[in-house]
Amino acid sequence: MTAYIIRRLLLLPVLLFGVTVIIFGLLQFLSPVERSALYVREIPHTEGAVEGIIKRYGLDQPIYVQYWHWLVGRIDPVTGKRVGGILRGDLGYSRVGSQPVASLIAQRFPATAELALWAVVPIIGVGIWLGVQSAVRHNRFFDQVARVFSIIGWSFPTFVFGLLVLMFFYAKLRWFPPGRLSDWASAIVNSDQFHQYTHLHTIDALLNLRFDIFWDALKHMILPILTLSYLNWALLLRITRSSMLEVLGQDYVRTARAKGLPERLVINRHARPNALIPVVTIAGLMVAGLLGGVVITETVFTYPGIGSAAAQAAIQLDVVTVLGFALFNGTVLILANLVVDILYAVIDPRVRLG
Amino acid sequence: MMNNSSIQNSGIPALRKVGWLEKLVGPDNYRAFRALITTPAAILGLVLLAIFAFVAIAAPIIAPPASSRDPYRIPRDGFSPDPRPMGSEWKRNPPPLPFWWRFIMKTDGWIHILGTASGQWDIFYGVIWGTRTAFRVGITITLATLVIGVLVGSIAAYYGGIVDNILMRIVDIFLTLPFLMAALILATILVPRFGKSIYPAVISLIGFGWMGYARLIRGDILSLKEREFVLAARALGARGFRILFRHIVPNAIFPTLVVASMDVGSYVLSFAALAFLGIGVEVGYADWGQLLSFARNWISSLADYWYIVVWPGFALVLFVLAWNLVGDALRDALDPRMRAVRR
Repeated sequence: MTAYIIRRLLLLPVLLFGVTVIIFGLLQFLSPVERSALYVREIPHTEGAVEGIIKRYGLDQPIYVQYWHWLVGRIDPVTGKRVGGILRGDLGYSRVGSQPVASLIAQRFPATAELALWAVVPIIGVGIWLGVQSAVRHNRFFDQVARVFSIIGWSFPTFVFGLLVLMFFYAKLRWFPPGRLSDWASAIVNSDQFHQYTHLHTIDALLNLRFDIFWDALKHMILPILTLSYLNWALLLRITRSSMLEVLGQDYVRTARAKGLPERLVINRHARPNALIPVVTIAGLMVAGLLGGVVITETVFTYPGIGSAAAQAAIQLDVVTVLGFALFNGTVLILANLVVDILYAVIDPRVRLG
Repeated sequence: MMNNSSIQNSGIPALRKVGWLEKLVGPDNYRAFRALITTPAAILGLVLLAIFAFVAIAAPIIAPPASSRDPYRIPRDGFSPDPRPMGSEWKRNPPPLPFWWRFIMKTDGWIHILGTASGQWDIFYGVIWGTRTAFRVGITITLATLVIGVLVGSIAAYYGGIVDNILMRIVDIFLTLPFLMAALILATILVPRFGKSIYPAVISLIGFGWMGYARLIRGDILSLKEREFVLAARALGARGFRILFRHIVPNAIFPTLVVASMDVGSYVLSFAALAFLGIGVEVGYADWGQLLSFARNWISSLADYWYIVVWPGFALVLFVLAWNLVGDALRDALDPRMRAVRR
């Protein structure tokens, strides 16, 4: 077990190196002038100044030198200070956000985290339940309906689904508005009498005992949660169902039935735990996806998280910002993968021994 | 449906009649083919695909373009920002009337059958010509990713050792970024170089779409390259690329081909998603995702302007659904793990 975890941890730097390589590789598509946005706020457009910046930040040096500078930063020959360096948390300057990319991420992350926090329970709980039920009632009515639901959900683009629920629940019924907070609520949240402990509005509201704000924040998240759930349910249902079906065909399940165990116990105690092993991977990656910002859902609902910020930056062709977000996203994904793999070893002895 | 499974499992040679098609394509592929024409869901998918193909081919007849030089440009009726409802009259410079219109409607006045989006882009044209865009984009991306994936995967598997290691690590690196995020970045980088067109989005989806096929065919070739026919080819003096691309790849490619062909739908979906975000095609290009993006300016009045969401959305969902229905049936038929269960 320990050996497995150590082996897995040793792989971590390699994967992180992979992400940086691909992001840096993508940066090479940009001209040196565009790349100078990694170091300077305003890109000057006069002839001499551009040359100066390229020289000053070493953008004409060999690629491996530039990669190193990009990683750890570089001493600015003029001011003598160290600038840049993603390992120092300096991801460059975001033209769109008018602030450093790192602080833009820090500013947007709570919104995404809050959405993920609230979405993850319904997604995984209901998704797995649907899958198990569907497998247990294989080829019966429930299963057929669930499968139809799954394949339609699988084919439903998030943005179409999102627009449709907005059309009905917002434009028609005015129940659940887009955005993150209503104007009155955000005025209170940003005022002095409201302490922002976590920057997750729902939790802050509870800590401040402002239940009206809690409800307002939750109201804004219901449609995004519904949209995310629908798509992910479809996926989880498929995976859980096929895994459960496979397990139900195993000999030890037949043995359990043969020795007279009630069906409930056969399913809950013998079949389900083993069927959920492959589901852990998918569920873990789903959480990572949610934390990395769900670009389209956040954009449809104008929810101010990581994903919508990345989309905004992309539309305005602010590559440095988009790459910063991608770096963050990729890192989250790798860490989540690590957690999933370790969890995997904990629950499945075949993995850690094999 | 699985009347041959007991025979297969018992190891007794098949006594049933083997048709010419089964002989031609082999038992596994034949089973996949049978699943296609016997599963109701798959039939529905095929019918839907046929309808879409018809619409795509007949687009110039169903909705004759305003300018034959640039048929993918949706004709617009003025510039007013407010969408107009279905069936409203075409006021300014209507495009040529399709011949069937007079027979059905008995008038010469062309209307906005599905209404207009903001900027008076005609939704009907967008949906019809968008079908063509969908096929073009989906098939282009699938073919290109398939070629790259098969090249990388087969070379890695055949040469093995350090070549394999390097190529597969490259695959791993490409997989570290989430697909849509990666495509978003590449498209952002490519837009200033290609201008607003379908190419930035298509190229970026290709750039981050091929890894799955590389892995898939690599696995198949790894087991295949130890077989006798490869040895025979080598004994006959064939070497390197000839063995690989004349003998091994044709025998290993089928599963990858099936998986890839069923991914057309999801590529179209990703492309539409990028277009919806506003990356790629120029405003007014006939593409479903782009049409849907018009709705973003009208979120609070979508109850009145529902037709800007519903029609292009309907087309996109049905298109993706059709591919998924066919793909699901195929995957079920080809998945060996599911065989025991289905009996």
